[in-house]
Amino acid sequence: MPPRLVLSGFLGLLLILPLVASEFQVTLLNYIGLYAIVALGLVLLTGVGGLTSFGQAAFVGLGAYTTAYLSTAEGLPGWASILGGSPWIGLLVGLLVTALVAYLLGLLTLRLSGHYLPLGTIAWGISLYFLFGNLEFLGGHTGMSGIPALSLFGIELKDGRKFYYVVWLAVLGAVWLTQNLLDSREGRAIRALKGGVVMAEAMGVDTARSKVMIFLVAALFACVSGWLYAHLQRFVNPTPFGLHIGIEYLFMAVVGGAAHVWGALIGAGVITVLKQWLQDWLPKLLGASGNFEVIVFGVMMIFVLQRARDGLWPILTRFVPQREAKREVPQGEALPKKPTPESGQVLLEARNVFKRFGGLVANNNMSLTVKAGEVMALIGPNGAGKSTMFNCVSGVDSASEGEVLFRGEAVTNLNSRQIARRGMSRTFQHVRLLPTMTVLENVAIGGHLRGSKGVLSAMLHLERGEEARLLAEAARQVERVGLKDSMFGLAGSLALGQQRTMEIARALCADPCLLLLDEPAAGLRYMEKQSLAKLLRKLRGEGMGILLVEHDMDFVMGLADRVVVMEFGEKIAEGLPDEVQRDPAVLEAYLGGVD
Amino acid sequence: MDLQIALLLGQDGMTNGAIYALLSLALVLVFAVTRVIFIPQGEFVAFGALTLASFQAGKTPGTLWLLIGAGVVVALVDVTQALRSGMPRRILRIVGWNLVYPAAAAAVVFLLKPGDFPLLAQIVLALALVVPLGPMIYRLAFQPLAEASVLVLLIVAVAVHLALVGLGLLFFGAEGSRTPAFSDASFNLGLVTVSGQTLWVVGASLLLIVVLFAFFERTIYGKALRATAMNRTGARLMGISTVMAGRLSFLLAALIGAFSGILIAPITTVYYDTGFLIGLKGFVGAIVGGLASYPIAAAGAILVGLLESFSSFWASAFKEVIVFTLIIPVLVWRSLTTRHVEEDE
Repeated sequence: MPPRLVLSGFLGLLLILPLVASEFQVTLLNYIGLYAIVALGLVLLTGVGGLTSFGQAAFVGLGAYTTAYLSTAEGLPGWASILGGSPWIGLLVGLLVTALVAYLLGLLTLRLSGHYLPLGTIAWGISLYFLFGNLEFLGGHTGMSGIPALSLFGIELKDGRKFYYVVWLAVLGAVWLTQNLLDSREGRAIRALKGGVVMAEAMGVDTARSKVMIFLVAALFACVSGWLYAHLQRFVNPTPFGLHIGIEYLFMAVVGGAAHVWGALIGAGVITVLKQWLQDWLPKLLGASGNFEVIVFGVMMIFVLQRARDGLWPILTRFVPQREAKREVPQGEALPKKPTPESGQVLLEARNVFKRFGGLVANNNMSLTVKAGEVMALIGPNGAGKSTMFNCVSGVDSASEGEVLFRGEAVTNLNSRQIARRGMSRTFQHVRLLPTMTVLENVAIGGHLRGSKGVLSAMLHLERGEEARLLAEAARQVERVGLKDSMFGLAGSLALGQQRTMEIARALCADPCLLLLDEPAAGLRYMEKQSLAKLLRKLRGEGMGILLVEHDMDFVMGLADRVVVMEFGEKIAEGLPDEVQRDPAVLEAYLGGVD
Repeated sequence: MDLQIALLLGQDGMTNGAIYALLSLALVLVFAVTRVIFIPQGEFVAFGALTLASFQAGKTPGTLWLLIGAGVVVALVDVTQALRSGMPRRILRIVGWNLVYPAAAAAVVFLLKPGDFPLLAQIVLALALVVPLGPMIYRLAFQPLAEASVLVLLIVAVAVHLALVGLGLLFFGAEGSRTPAFSDASFNLGLVTVSGQTLWVVGASLLLIVVLFAFFERTIYGKALRATAMNRTGARLMGISTVMAGRLSFLLAALIGAFSGILIAPITTVYYDTGFLIGLKGFVGAIVGGLASYPIAAAGAILVGLLESFSSFWASAFKEVIVFTLIIPVLVWRSLTTRHVEEDE
């Protein structure tokens, strides 16, 4: 059965379900929809972005309480009275309030590294919960009642069956927005957050901004769910916005498959139905009343994480054939290019660079220059400090002392993102790619700075023109390095040598004037090395400056215009390839002393 | 507020702070050794207190059933594994710890009527029931995931917490319990009266901290734990079993947790879910210490205790809001001062 048919079947089922289901089942479906919206936000935040939050229920609460307060409050002050009465204004204000709170919390907590972030979300999850319960004007622990029902086109949606369509329209809208976002320039940046931050920053992605963005999107989804909840239930109290419900939302995302949009729906469905069922049966079985379903949920979660960490969705999709990945090579007009610097102009100048790691001096008074239209090779034995030098120059790490000038401008204290913006692009010695994305998508990350459309236009797919040009550019670079046949394959399935070549395509996609290549020929076969050398010569001919770290001496000596030799962090020789090869200090370093 | 109230609040804060300090030490220990952020720590507090309360009420504590159940599951898992890896000689030890020990505990509880025991014996028996749950939980929930990322381990920890809270409700019911004070003595020090229980809590906490310090400095197992905390691979190469280190750290955490519960049971009514908030406050302390430094964690925990008791005076409804909002600036300060080499989750 083709996947399109499965999707149509699912949509058709959604359409007719409320016509045939019982009152109780419709209510259950409504709740599944509400929870799925929150879980979708978590898919984006946790599954894709790698940021774990236990505090989403608090954002649901913000959405619910804002509209509850505005649509029931009698005594709003004069200037605010126009905000009262309408659920739609409640939604708007709720979104604004949530965005503001999430932005502030995000600014504070997203800076937190690793495990501090989820602990932070637990903390503000608890804080907001107790706040809801203790603020007099929000009804304290008893809550607020008398919230009006939604009205749409003059129809009052008091009935769960009618409300159902609003809920599921919102769910499908959220699915659409999330999928659009992930399939875009911003989406690639977001997908790089998990395991590719150093690489993404070196390609010019502001990863801190991406984090705040997905945090905001997830919070706003939660807010919409809360708004719907308030008008469905027409009563709010603090209970559904506590930390335990926040944990449940995360469970939904993980059980369904945190990295998959549809996983959120599956997870919300499974957990909600299971919870209902367990709440019916467990107290009878155990002869006591209480929320015993948490025992089952806890054990189930442990089991899922031990046995099927990717959740249910990947298991289900085994039974449904996946849509063939798009095979058509993307077409689009060329992106604008930066003007190329004149050949022979000095691009990069490192002056007396020192890099110390504690007591270890990895770079000791290193100086080198790279001109436009030349290949400069940096060679030396393993551990000589070549890659450290690369990191200092490209802003991945900062030099302890010394100065780095790029096109005449001091870039010593700039980060890798700022340096990338100035036209330097690089590859990594230990390949840094996103193995579950296609080669084309990986390469397109290199072009990040050549697009400008943001999250909102990505979610609404208003950036298709720019996206097509970006992908077309990426496709051209993939072809240029000779990986055309693997363009739509997953980057993780390439051989190591090809992965290195893909990194070159990614660097080229950024339209650099200086290319830093860290061991590009390692793992390549003879013929592949030949074509790589040919490509680099061509780039040099076009006026690009290339700084190269390489161990393959045949490759280096046949290609480089000038060579710098390092040993123990210091420069021991510099000159034309022939001179360097005869230099006694270099022979000593490479071959040991000749007595 | 006059001086008398301030002193009274200070005494309250110090008492709670001492408990939080104990818990924060356990959290730092578990995190350092296993990278698990031990959210279920609080459940051990509740289990310790409620088990003791059950004895005193002449009831059979539910933790006994939990011990027996967990023992059976661990025995099943471990015996299967021992047979599969062709090491049947391990079975005797597995059965001994996981089946015979719980059975012996059950025999003591049913045959000897612990309700009539002196307090000290009841405390020892309560610890004997609750503490082995620590390593058993490590075996079942965390050991199979020992190499997973901190975040996965954290989600598992949250899952374990949920399961234990649910079990706590099942075994102990929704009613809270309070145990009689260890001592009814009180000392009049001019402005304030210091209760004997306060002295017990602070004294016992200090004693436990000293014992732990000696354990880590003087014993081979303590040193093995420290070595694992510093460098897992290195410790393993030196022949220290990381599984052993994991179980031992969970044993200690369970001991500290249950003992803290027994200490506070006479001061505050303990419900099945009380432990969570207590544990989290220990956390705030542990995080002040960056989940790495024992003395700073303990100091932070005492600070949390004082903050809590003073804010309960000024704005009692917002006590929890204040304590947990405090964690955010602390976290920010922590993540700004610790240089984190980020990559790969």
